[in-house]
Amino acid sequence: MSTNPNNAAPVAKLKIAKYWAASCGGCDISLLEIGPNLLELIKIADVVFWPCAADFKYEDVRNYPDGYIDLCFYNGGIRNSEQEEVARLLRRKSKSLIAYGQCAVDGGIPALANLKTVKGIFNASYHDNPSIDNPAGVEPQPVTPSEYGDLEIPRFYPQVLRLKDVVPVDYEIPGCPPQSDRVWEAILALAGGQVPLQNRNVKVACYDKAVCDECKLEKRNVRIKEFKRVHTSIPEPGWCLLEQGYLCVGPATRSGCGALCPAAGMPCEGCYGPAGDVVDQGTAMVSAIASMLDARTEEQAQELIDQIADPTGTFYRFTLASSHLKARK
Amino acid sequence: MSEPANTAPTDPRPAAGPDWQPRIIGFLCYWCSYTGADMAGTARMKYPPNVDIIRVMCSGRIDPELVTTAFARGADGVLVCGCHIGDCHYITGNHKTMARMPLLKRILLDMGIEPERFRHEWVSAAEGEKFSKLVAELTEQVRRLGPLDWPGLMRARGVGHGMDLKAWGE
Ligand code: SF4
Ligand code: SF4
Ligand code: FES
Repeated sequence: MSTNPNNAAPVAKLKIAKYWAASCGGCDISLLEIGPNLLELIKIADVVFWPCAADFKYEDVRNYPDGYIDLCFYNGGIRNSEQEEVARLLRRKSKSLIAYGQCAVDGGIPALANLKTVKGIFNASYHDNPSIDNPAGVEPQPVTPSEYGDLEIPRFYPQVLRLKDVVPVDYEIPGCPPQSDRVWEAILALAGGQVPLQNRNVKVACYDKAVCDECKLEKRNVRIKEFKRVHTSIPEPGWCLLEQGYLCVGPATRSGCGALCPAAGMPCEGCYGPAGDVVDQGTAMVSAIASMLDARTEEQAQELIDQIADPTGTFYRFTLASSHLKARK
Repeated sequence: MSEPANTAPTDPRPAAGPDWQPRIIGFLCYWCSYTGADMAGTARMKYPPNVDIIRVMCSGRIDPELVTTAFARGADGVLVCGCHIGDCHYITGNHKTMARMPLLKRILLDMGIEPERFRHEWVSAAEGEKFSKLVAELTEQVRRLGPLDWPGLMRARGVGHGMDLKAWGE
């Protein structure tokens, strides 16, 4: 594999690209969040494609030779055919394709729509919603005949896929959004040739251990007596939120963020995806929570479980497309 | 780090079609439930051969991930059995099971997996008869629901279809 000469550190100025697919745009902002290091970045790299920040067209990318782009950061999941087409194009044109942010890595928030059918999604978007005025019941059609020929829009996929479901990915930077210090470290490592440009699904800009490992809150070895929510009660400062009954997904989440949320009194929502070699974050959380309940009988256990409002949405908030089941039937 | 393949392992039994037989994975703890199943066998009780039993040391070892993996790789149903509460060889192993499985059940429901496809029960070493009845009942329920074929469903929706592509320079 490493016989490829292009695996060596590039000597000329790097060419970097960034693209957004099914995502919120926060990942683009998070790259800007490297702050003054942006000036360092443009010293070592030229931007050759970045829809959010620079005016390049798909046509420009098509005209680049294959492998022209050194580092391509792709944020967002694959919700429609355009996003897949661009993923394939950028794969061909890039030496290193990096899934940037939780949507590209594990589906992220958009993949929560995998809990609904396409019919349900269209219904909520175009018909059955108080803010919708659509008496004719119009829905977007992939192909519309017109006097100028057929007009096409991207096809809506049956479920949200991850970047690595449609093209091979070299590196993955998890997080929603990725924490900028870690991102900068990863860019320097890639640009400086400390790590090869080519790899397969290697997670960078994060650590293997769980968020609990970075979290400074005190663990008192107390079992959960009752589940609480942050909008109905205020946690005691300094004490592990999960032990207090707030659904903190820290035990099942990869570290790298510095345990930002629990430090601010908010339970971890799991935005860095599963820790270590775990594939399925949700079931890892089921396992962890169930071992912490203060229940001696099946009835007591059931009673506590019934207090959890939305286990699927809470435990898979950022990783449904990477879970074993991936989507609802 | 290995991603689970989205294809069913090579199994001669068809996942769908006229020759379909329910394929149920049973996770049984060694000390009570497996012995109970063994007893059903030695007593020559008759029950459907549709459950593939995987023996684990304790039901507390059955990570919910094993259940979702079984479904994701082509199981039509999953059975989880452990010692009765209070009888676990490791004292509190099944206390974890009694909380994990009902919580998992809610997730399976959200994923559209019918509740009849997943059962967790306590089976003691002496309950061979309970085990054989349980298997017969579960097999019948799953048979009525028909094939689940999760790998086929995911393939049809495009998961992993880009895996034949080569990375740049490969
Ligand atoms: S569960 Fe949450 S609050 Fe508790 S230690 Fe882990 S990250 Fe911190
Ligand atoms: S604490 Fe959890 S939700 Fe908050 S930034 Fe870190 S990984 Fe994300
Ligand atoms: S040994 Fe049977 S449940 Fe623990």
